[in-house]
Amino acid sequence: MSTNPLHPTVIVVGNGMVGYKFCEKLVAKSTAFNIIVFGEEPRRAYDRVHLSEYFAGKTADDLSMSTTQWYTDNHINLYLDDPIVEIDTTNQQVHSQKGHVLSYDYVVLATGSSAFVPDIPGIEKKGVFVYRTIEDLEKMKAYAQHAKCGAVMGGGLLGLEAAKALLDLGIATTHVVEFAPRLMPRQIDEAGSAILQAKLSELGLQIHLNKTTNSILGNDAVEGLQFNNNTVLPIDMLVISAGIRPRDELAKLAGLQVGTRGGIVVNEKLQTSNPNIFAIGECALANSTIYGLVAPGYEMAEVVAANLCGANKVFAGFDMSTKLKLIGVDVASFGDAFADQAHTRTIVFEDTHKGIYKRLNVSADGKYLLGGILIGDAEAYNMLLQTVNNQLVLPPNPEELILGSRGAATSNGSGVMSLPNDALICSCEAVTKETICNAVTEQQITTIDGMKKCTKAGTGCGGCVPLVKDLITGTMKANGQYVKNVVCEHFNYARQELFDLIKYHKLTTYNEVLDNYGSGDGCEVCKPVVASLLASLWNDLILKQPAIQDSNDRFLANIQKGGTYSVVPRIPGGEITPDKLIVIGQVAKKYHLYTKITGGQRIDLFGAHLNDLPAIWEQLIEAGFESGHAYGKSLRTVKSCVGSTWCRFGLHDSVSFAIEVEDRYKGLRSPHKLKGGVSGCIRECAEAQSKDFGIIATEKGWNLYICGNGGSKPQHAQLLASDIDSATCIKYLDRFLMFYIKTADPLTRTATWLNKMEGGMAYLKNVIINDSLGIAAELEAAMENHVNTYECEWKAAVNNPEMRKQFQHFVNAPAQKDPTVVFEPMRNQIKAQAW
Amino acid sequence: MENTSTNWFLACATTDVPENSGVCVQYGNEQIAIFNFARRNEWFATQNLCPHKQQMALSRGMLGSAGAASEPKVACPFHKKTFSLRTGECLSGDECAIKTYPIKVENEQVFIGV
Ligand code: SRM
Ligand SMILES: Cc1cc2nc3c(=O)[nH]c(=O)nc-3n(C[C@H](O)[C@H](O)[C@H](O)COP(=O)(O)OP(=O)(O)OC[C@H]3O[C@@H](n4cnc5c(N)ncnc54)[C@H](O)[C@@H]3O)c2cc1C
Ligand code: SF4
Ligand code: FES
Repeated sequence: MSTNPLHPTVIVVGNGMVGYKFCEKLVAKSTAFNIIVFGEEPRRAYDRVHLSEYFAGKTADDLSMSTTQWYTDNHINLYLDDPIVEIDTTNQQVHSQKGHVLSYDYVVLATGSSAFVPDIPGIEKKGVFVYRTIEDLEKMKAYAQHAKCGAVMGGGLLGLEAAKALLDLGIATTHVVEFAPRLMPRQIDEAGSAILQAKLSELGLQIHLNKTTNSILGNDAVEGLQFNNNTVLPIDMLVISAGIRPRDELAKLAGLQVGTRGGIVVNEKLQTSNPNIFAIGECALANSTIYGLVAPGYEMAEVVAANLCGANKVFAGFDMSTKLKLIGVDVASFGDAFADQAHTRTIVFEDTHKGIYKRLNVSADGKYLLGGILIGDAEAYNMLLQTVNNQLVLPPNPEELILGSRGAATSNGSGVMSLPNDALICSCEAVTKETICNAVTEQQITTIDGMKKCTKAGTGCGGCVPLVKDLITGTMKANGQYVKNVVCEHFNYARQELFDLIKYHKLTTYNEVLDNYGSGDGCEVCKPVVASLLASLWNDLILKQPAIQDSNDRFLANIQKGGTYSVVPRIPGGEITPDKLIVIGQVAKKYHLYTKITGGQRIDLFGAHLNDLPAIWEQLIEAGFESGHAYGKSLRTVKSCVGSTWCRFGLHDSVSFAIEVEDRYKGLRSPHKLKGGVSGCIRECAEAQSKDFGIIATEKGWNLYICGNGGSKPQHAQLLASDIDSATCIKYLDRFLMFYIKTADPLTRTATWLNKMEGGMAYLKNVIINDSLGIAAELEAAMENHVNTYECEWKAAVNNPEMRKQFQHFVNAPAQKDPTVVFEPMRNQIKAQAW
Repeated sequence: MENTSTNWFLACATTDVPENSGVCVQYGNEQIAIFNFARRNEWFATQNLCPHKQQMALSRGMLGSAGAASEPKVACPFHKKTFSLRTGECLSGDECAIKTYPIKVENEQVFIGV
């Protein structure tokens, strides 16, 4: 890329979060710089804050903060995998490891920090890791495959995150070893630490406090930790998380001033001892502090970028408040978290049973909030932080801020609206309340995605998103706009309201519903929603109103790449006779279908032409198969394990029960798909606890679990009732499923539905088991109606010539299949052509 | 379409196209989607190919309207990109426009201008 000799050249050393943000800010302000970036890591800057999500399935690309194209578009020269090894301040040149020598006008050091590794004998052994880069994670992942017992050295913020990573990697026993007498000593107080520790122990972490490690044992690879009291902890993997060390080696070499305990010394303009060289982010020692968080780094980037463009900004320190979810436990500390001087009052709430601890530090006159700590429940964090930062005057009973005023008044919405206009809502991107409210009022931005695009609020660490949501809703309400979770532009109703309207007025067609309660001509959002409601309520045949069905429902099959369809016959409980297997084979052979065993204990046949679907199903139905509803938002499969008929551990006949349950709920249309499982004992071979409903045999009956989920956000099902008999189990399931169908938002799985439910599992249990709403009989009757009116939709379709006619590709050439469909061969079968 | 006089091709009977949905017709090597937007009492014809991933699928898409002006549209079954049935413009932003054809109904027969 060419450089403009008339423009000053800025060389950015380090392509981490802050280095990248600096480039983004500089190009947004001016095009009058030549920008050259050197990064030591092999990839473009990525979101280190969310590094752990790499283990949860995010790819390096997902974490990346921008694209190669972005650098090209903004004329930034990016050298990756090529660290700067020397800054020659006399000749104003940098030297890279690969031999590039470039002249600069300014250098911005954004070299970040590395993990601090204490000098303990044995630290070089195999199986010892740090937790900082994607490469570190890749190495840990590979090693973890043969590790059973791991430890993290360091019980601070990063250490606990690393411990979570070890659990995620499937390390059965994970220890946390902390030198101090408590966890997270820098952020939270003793009482808070105790609660956190109890919570984490419950989740399976073994916590060791007051432990100094003398040496790391093992021959070639780590085998154990030896502590100062001569005890030994056997482990086969160790992650060091004992703090961070600013990367100041390059600065030191260039003769720049560095702090005695590390860090490049900068003034309030982030200038180092050489005025043309700046340092920002975790490598900079500003106000004698290393700011180990991303938001202050972004603010530093802003200051330098603005000043290069002629502004006169200073970096005046930064609020180090944090909120995290550590292994599922909320932990937050804000403002002056420890304030224990004589002239402050503290309000403490502690619930050791639920694992909640909250502390507020209030000024002696009771007027202002100074800071605090929240463990176990940090919902109030954003609002409390704003109360501190904006010096809002406290209400007469400040304890309500953490106890919640039961019932009335201080709902989040009204709280945020009382913030001053210049309250900083998103500190990563420096977005104020005013900017957000203006975007709502003047540009009609009413969604989080829209707000991210428009103002960048919420695009950094994401911590402010709930507050931004409240502000959007609050502003809309203040503007007199009615805020409701409506289906789409054509219906000003939520799904549940439509459900009630349709039911009460006995509407049976989409057009009736649209004419009475909607506007316009409908769309791809509301049509399937109404279709699903009609199906749930009246259980009428889907194909009677094909035009409002999602494509998959319209053709009773899932559309595949290339425009062919899949065929999935129901195989209840996964049980199938040899004869039926043979028929599946014959059908697959005859119609040249790709054949695969699914993850749901049945068989999927792919690559069927639209025209062939009726004949295929005719043959399958002939052999006793039914639709598997793989295409519908409806019951999919009820997985079973073999159970007591064969298994030496089986307590009851799980296969028979799975078949009974699957037959009962087959074809049941719902807000999202439904899956079940029945296991014959607690070994749980049917994975029932990962399903929307799971049934596990006990000595005395069945345990019924509900609201589990696999998929992208797995969640275990929760126990609804234990040791119940089959009839009670079915009764509870009827109530549960119908209540879900009646009240969930469109495309919401049971797990998400429960997560959003006020009162949570306790409330749901009360509705289902104690009939607290008095609707149990109605729910059961609705399910009974479903069971009695069930019809296999494929059977109905193949027997009806009018319906069959819909399965043609060309209306004017019915026998002709789509000639554009192309398959490619693979392992003696076919696959769809790539797109 | 523009300056030449329109050549009308008999595609199918009105009863061949279910109300408020579409079918595909073969015209030489081309595939054309026909929509019977019964709710509006209007008929539309567009290319059958969805430009997003080059799939022959628009005739299997869902009809609807968008915005205050009730722009008639079709949503592709694959990824729900939507296209105006009048102008062919992609209403989901990024994709390119689709071709639209004149269409008329006479004596319960559907003709497409090609
Ligand atoms: C065929 C199959 C994969 C396989 O080869 O094994 C499959 C294939 C598809 N899955 Fe699945 N899923 C299959 C088992 C699963 C499982 C495993 C299970 O059921 O035990 C899961 C995780 C469990 C769960 O759902 O909680 C699973 C989680 C998903 C999800 C994520 C759902 C979620 O709540 O996060 C989707 C997306 C969605 O539904 O919105 C999905 C969607 C899909 C779709 C429908 C995507 C699409 O729209 O085209 C795939 C269609 C295939 C087809 O045309 O037939 N599939 N899918 C499995 C069919 C099982 C069956 O017999 O019906
Ligand atoms: C697991 C984990 C979780 C975290 N969670 C949070 C959180 O929840 N909230 C929060 O605010 N912060 C969190 N942090 C901290 C946050 O990631 C850092 O504050 C932030 O990344 C600092 O950005 P930086 O650009 O200064 O440093 P980095 O992101 O480390 O980038 C520095 C880059 O410079 C490169 N470099 C170094 N020397 C040279 C050289 N000589 N030449 C070229 N390149 C060089 C490095 O290889 C690196 O790529 C977390 C960090 C980790 C590791
Ligand atoms: S995991 Fe993804 S790619 Fe695989 S079948 Fe399911 S939806 Fe398709
Ligand atoms: S192929 Fe049509 S939207 Fe993707």
